[in-house]
Amino acid sequence: MGNDVLESFKGAYEAEVSLTGKEILQQLVKNAEIACEEKVPMCQDTGYAVIFVELGQDVRIEGGDFYEAINEGVRKGYTEGYLRKSIVSHPLERKNTGDNTPAVIHTKIVPGDSLRIIIAPKGGGSENMSAIKMLRPADGIEGVKNFVIDTVKKAGPNPCPPIVVGVGIGGTFEKAAQLAKESLLRELGEKSKYPDIAKLEEDLFEEINKLGIGPQGLGGRTTALAVHVEIYAAHIASLPVAVNLNCHAARHKEVIF
Amino acid sequence: MTQIKLTTPLSDDVVEKLRIGQRVSISGTIYTGRDAAHKRLVELIEQGKELPFDPKGQIIYYVGPTPAKPGKVIGSAGPTTSYRMDPYAPKLYEVGLKATIGKGRRSSEVINTMKEYKGVYLTAVGGAAALIARSIKEAKVIAYPDLGPEAVHELVVEDFPVIVVNDTLGGDLYDEGIKIYAAK
Ligand code: SF4
Repeated sequence: MGNDVLESFKGAYEAEVSLTGKEILQQLVKNAEIACEEKVPMCQDTGYAVIFVELGQDVRIEGGDFYEAINEGVRKGYTEGYLRKSIVSHPLERKNTGDNTPAVIHTKIVPGDSLRIIIAPKGGGSENMSAIKMLRPADGIEGVKNFVIDTVKKAGPNPCPPIVVGVGIGGTFEKAAQLAKESLLRELGEKSKYPDIAKLEEDLFEEINKLGIGPQGLGGRTTALAVHVEIYAAHIASLPVAVNLNCHAARHKEVIF
Repeated sequence: MTQIKLTTPLSDDVVEKLRIGQRVSISGTIYTGRDAAHKRLVELIEQGKELPFDPKGQIIYYVGPTPAKPGKVIGSAGPTTSYRMDPYAPKLYEVGLKATIGKGRRSSEVINTMKEYKGVYLTAVGGAAALIARSIKEAKVIAYPDLGPEAVHELVVEDFPVIVVNDTLGGDLYDEGIKIYAAK
């Protein structure tokens, strides 16, 4: 977990009006401290290994299968790091693969000669509460807001609030989902570069924290720590909106070669 | 806030006195189980067979811990989302289970079963897995080791902290929280 999350816990603690909420936020800070001290995971769900690769177009990768190398890294990391193995090989037969592979890998080709790898382990509890909807263009910004707020409301206590809300608007069905996931990689609370979208983020943040869900859903004002929205061009007929919820265990780390 | 101390196994008497919002600290033996283990447990009940542990008066903690580091009893061990066990939970309360520990809402079917069979639903703080692990003093796998993190563990806990979410009267702390804190 990054310092950004820890800082936001402290801010939330000050702002929280519910005593239970405060108590829970305090426990989350303590939990992070213990995890850090003992070098153990802050949450037992050490997630699906979601990997974002930005491959410079001048880079040449030699000596084997790149994706296999990433999976080998996941295998080693999850085994040697005493992380939980949470992946089943077949979604219906459901037999654990025993080493948390395969990873979900997203690759982007970018200019330059470096290789950037971001690992963002994603917990199942918050992932399960995520949703996507193909709105009509006529539904507009109100439709988008309603869908996001509705998704958070329905999720209630399940995704371990306080949560980070990632929203993708535009593109196609799968593009919207990917945008939502990518928005979770931002530093907590970093605003969209588009002023109208930054305003939407603010409005959503305010509305969500009025829902009363609070830390762990036991009531309070800290339901979301941040709302991040990413957008992309859309088809004349469509307004896709995806909401990817992330719990307070908002983890990501990157390496650049 | 005052804490109620409970030791397992739990009697109907003790469970019936619990009310939503109360802080409870649990000591004694509890059992773990998640999706895959529940599927097997309920199959056993349906076939009239014995379970790997006697559920009477017991507590099931919905958790799949991380592996223990050398010298440790258990890894991180916070609650998982309970609604996934809703299809199975009534059967377990019916055979004498007194409480479950998890996070998130239960279905009305589970809430009604708890009313009928005198059971409660408790929550531990989701994501506070390293903190929670400190109250787990012993852990061993007693069934389904093939399920990896989903195996059934027998845990010995000391002052394991939980909050009552659903009591035997059908109360729901999540609903109450929103009623108080939603902006009017
Ligand atoms: S939703 Fe997040 S914090 Fe909660 S159990 Fe899952 S990974 Fe952990």
